[in-house]
Amino acid sequence: MSLTVFALTGAALVGLGVYGLLALPHLLRRIMCFNLIGSGLFLFFGAAGARGVAVDAIPQALIITGIVVALSASALAVGLVVALARRTGHAALPDEDRTP
Amino acid sequence: MSALVIVLTLPLMTALTVLLLPARARVPVVLASSALIVLAAGALVLAVWHGGPVTLAVGGWAPPLGIALRADGLAAALIMMSALVMGAVALAAQFELTPDRVGVRMGFGFWPLMLLLWGALNAVYLSRDLFNLYVGIELLSLAAVALVALSGSAQALAAALRYMIFALAGSLLYLAGVVLAYGAHGTLDIGLLAVRVPAHTDALALALMTAGLLAKTALFPFHVWLPPAHAGAPAPASALLSALVPKASFLILIRLWFEAMPDLASGAALLVLAALGAIAVIWGGVLALVQKRLKLIIAYSTVAQLGYLFFIFPLAGGDGSAQPWAAGAWTGAMFQALSHGLAKAAMFLTAGIYIAAIGSDRLGDLRGLARSLPMTGFAFALAAITLMGLPPSGGFTAKYLLMTSAFAAGQWPWALVLAGGGVLAAAYLYRPIAALFAQGARTPARPIPRVWQAVPLVLAALSILLGLLSAIPFDLLQIGRPAPAQEGL
Amino acid sequence: MSLALDLALCALILGAALATVAGGAVFRAVIFFITYGLFLAIGWARLGAFDVALAEAAIGAGLTGVLLLAAHGRLRRMQAGDAPPPAGLNLPAALAGAGMALALGWAWFALPVPATPDIAQALPRSGVGNPVTAVLLNFRAWDTLLESIVLLAALLGVWMLARNDDWNAPLGPRYHALSGGVLVNFGRFLPPIGLCFGVYLVWAGADYIGGAFQGGTVLAAVGLVALMANVVRPPRVSYALLRVAVVVGPAVFLLAGLLAAGFGGAFLTLPPALAKPVILVIEAALTISIAVTLALLVIGPPDDAGRSS
Repeated sequence: MSLTVFALTGAALVGLGVYGLLALPHLLRRIMCFNLIGSGLFLFFGAAGARGVAVDAIPQALIITGIVVALSASALAVGLVVALARRTGHAALPDEDRTP
Repeated sequence: MSALVIVLTLPLMTALTVLLLPARARVPVVLASSALIVLAAGALVLAVWHGGPVTLAVGGWAPPLGIALRADGLAAALIMMSALVMGAVALAAQFELTPDRVGVRMGFGFWPLMLLLWGALNAVYLSRDLFNLYVGIELLSLAAVALVALSGSAQALAAALRYMIFALAGSLLYLAGVVLAYGAHGTLDIGLLAVRVPAHTDALALALMTAGLLAKTALFPFHVWLPPAHAGAPAPASALLSALVPKASFLILIRLWFEAMPDLASGAALLVLAALGAIAVIWGGVLALVQKRLKLIIAYSTVAQLGYLFFIFPLAGGDGSAQPWAAGAWTGAMFQALSHGLAKAAMFLTAGIYIAAIGSDRLGDLRGLARSLPMTGFAFALAAITLMGLPPSGGFTAKYLLMTSAFAAGQWPWALVLAGGGVLAAAYLYRPIAALFAQGARTPARPIPRVWQAVPLVLAALSILLGLLSAIPFDLLQIGRPAPAQEGL
Repeated sequence: MSLALDLALCALILGAALATVAGGAVFRAVIFFITYGLFLAIGWARLGAFDVALAEAAIGAGLTGVLLLAAHGRLRRMQAGDAPPPAGLNLPAALAGAGMALALGWAWFALPVPATPDIAQALPRSGVGNPVTAVLLNFRAWDTLLESIVLLAALLGVWMLARNDDWNAPLGPRYHALSGGVLVNFGRFLPPIGLCFGVYLVWAGADYIGGAFQGGTVLAAVGLVALMANVVRPPRVSYALLRVAVVVGPAVFLLAGLLAAGFGGAFLTLPPALAKPVILVIEAALTISIAVTLALLVIGPPDDAGRSS
């Protein structure tokens, strides 16, 4: 039963993240939403891996790898946002039609 | 040590080495190492050719515990094509991205990023493990995004960020599918998934992974990030981004649909994929037609050319019974992937030469440049022949195979799009060719080293040779191909 | 009882996530995001995944949080720290989010319970006692090797965001710390303690919990505190020792794998008798690279602007 609670929480986190990703223009917020989606997926995965007789260690190892990969991507994205803001003064993407 | 291990590790090892080398040793080491990797790729092709697919259980642990790698004919062909493109790009970049031309920062950063991209590509081509593929395409995406941002202009940064958002969203969708696949079957291995006990969640898993990979492959309507990203990067980087990077995510799609879960192919899903491909061919072609800068024309052409790849889905699949035309369609799409890679890299490298020669890639400024840079003009024209799909190029072989299977399958609308896409390509490539070969140069061209000029010519010639000698790649692609590629999905 | 606890915990996790998405100011959203990560780490502990709990607390909440806070500070100085919060509910986005959540929710109930790979049987040959470490450094070492290179790729990408004129400047913005202030004292006495804890985590990871990534993160945090307190000077990208530090982990890992292939095994094969020492060597090298790379990812590209102003 607890596993179901965690898995559904994970699903809800993914939903929240997807909403924020599509609805929020500020790029730092979008980066946080990516992390919400990622960690929501991991929570779902962890709950799925704990259903058997013994807890499966493979999902745990994959999740640790995933957390590090997510941090790497976040760091590059944050760096891009800061660099963009320094050149344009905005931390949001210009409209589609303004790009060359 | 096996050729497979060398193509897998040498790019990464060289990337690490380059970070420790003094500036003057960097380029010679990269070039020497690139030559070695090309040789190893050749050895791998030969090994596959003579002995069939080469497999490796990493660490000696067989799936489902460990990760399996496998070089079939398709992977070997992509590794070879990528090695040729990478080697050519390295040769061109040694002239183009020198510290005194582009600054110390870019003159340093391009090399390790290029090598990391190479390592990621080979890792993805070879891997049989869904999660390992996830890590591989993340490495690929991060290196690619960094290459897009390399010039540091506000436009390049915005393009890189938009690319990053699509790439990350695509990764997460793919990851969601991987989680469901492991959750249902306790394995991530493509071969073991092929013999799984079907679960109700499989369709959702495949749909999520497919959506994520489409965003990374820039299929319409997920293509909006591609043109500014590919046109905004320095030309050697553009060549890698356009010629190679989308092929990695496309290959994973092929592995999923033809090898891991061929039982899930439904007519409607296959139709949707190909319809998006058809729209991409037309829409990308139309937009390429109205661009004023050469690099943007080439970038929009990538949107169109990637569209053809998706005709594989309805043509090599359908109603489950044996279909004689499936094999042709499967091989045709792979020919398209290979020939587009060679020709597109050649084109972006010619654009780099023009920018170095006159400081601009606006069509108006390119007038008459074929007179002062004849080799480059010839290279562009040869690459254009491949992209238009004219004989005897590799692009022609690709479209011929796709077209004959479209008629054999009675699915003539795809043949119509193939023909229409060829006409559009002829139209949008006619404009730069007409400008290049026009009388009276408008801008005086700075001299360009002959070796640099020769590089895109060799790539473009290879894209033609792929058609002239099509029997060899044709036979290579058949080695170890999955049964659905032969008999239809 | 435990169900009630889990329900309450999940409510807190969701509440913090909701506040992150809906929070008014970006700064508040970041604070809620860090809180979210800490609640989530407790959730992982409740699931019995202590290695993940440690990784989530250290990397997901801690380091990502510092990264976001630092970025927010820099954006605020450029007057780009905040955007007007979007008014009302974005209906298409809400539908997409709800659709995704419902699809995954449905999948949970439709998911069969499969047979999973038999780790217990292979564990004695892995060289370590912690099954998670065995997966990360032996059974699926190729993942972990690629992942360490992903970190390096991100660092290179971040460095490339420097302006050409700043390339030879020290890394990161300048941190102002009052001499004798809390941070400086912190920066003096925290590093030795953190160093011991970080090294312990790597050592213990072989058989209990922890590992190179968790230990490396603690060491990175130590380095960051020392940097922000101006106890150590930020290096330049050209600093040779720095280059060696970011490269040594993946390089040792790759060489170990190639050595195995050279002796006739498959790539990355660790013979059971040598597995433990080889894994410890790889982990030690990885820890150095992870710690340095993570700290450098947070402080960002070389930047002269903060110094002159």
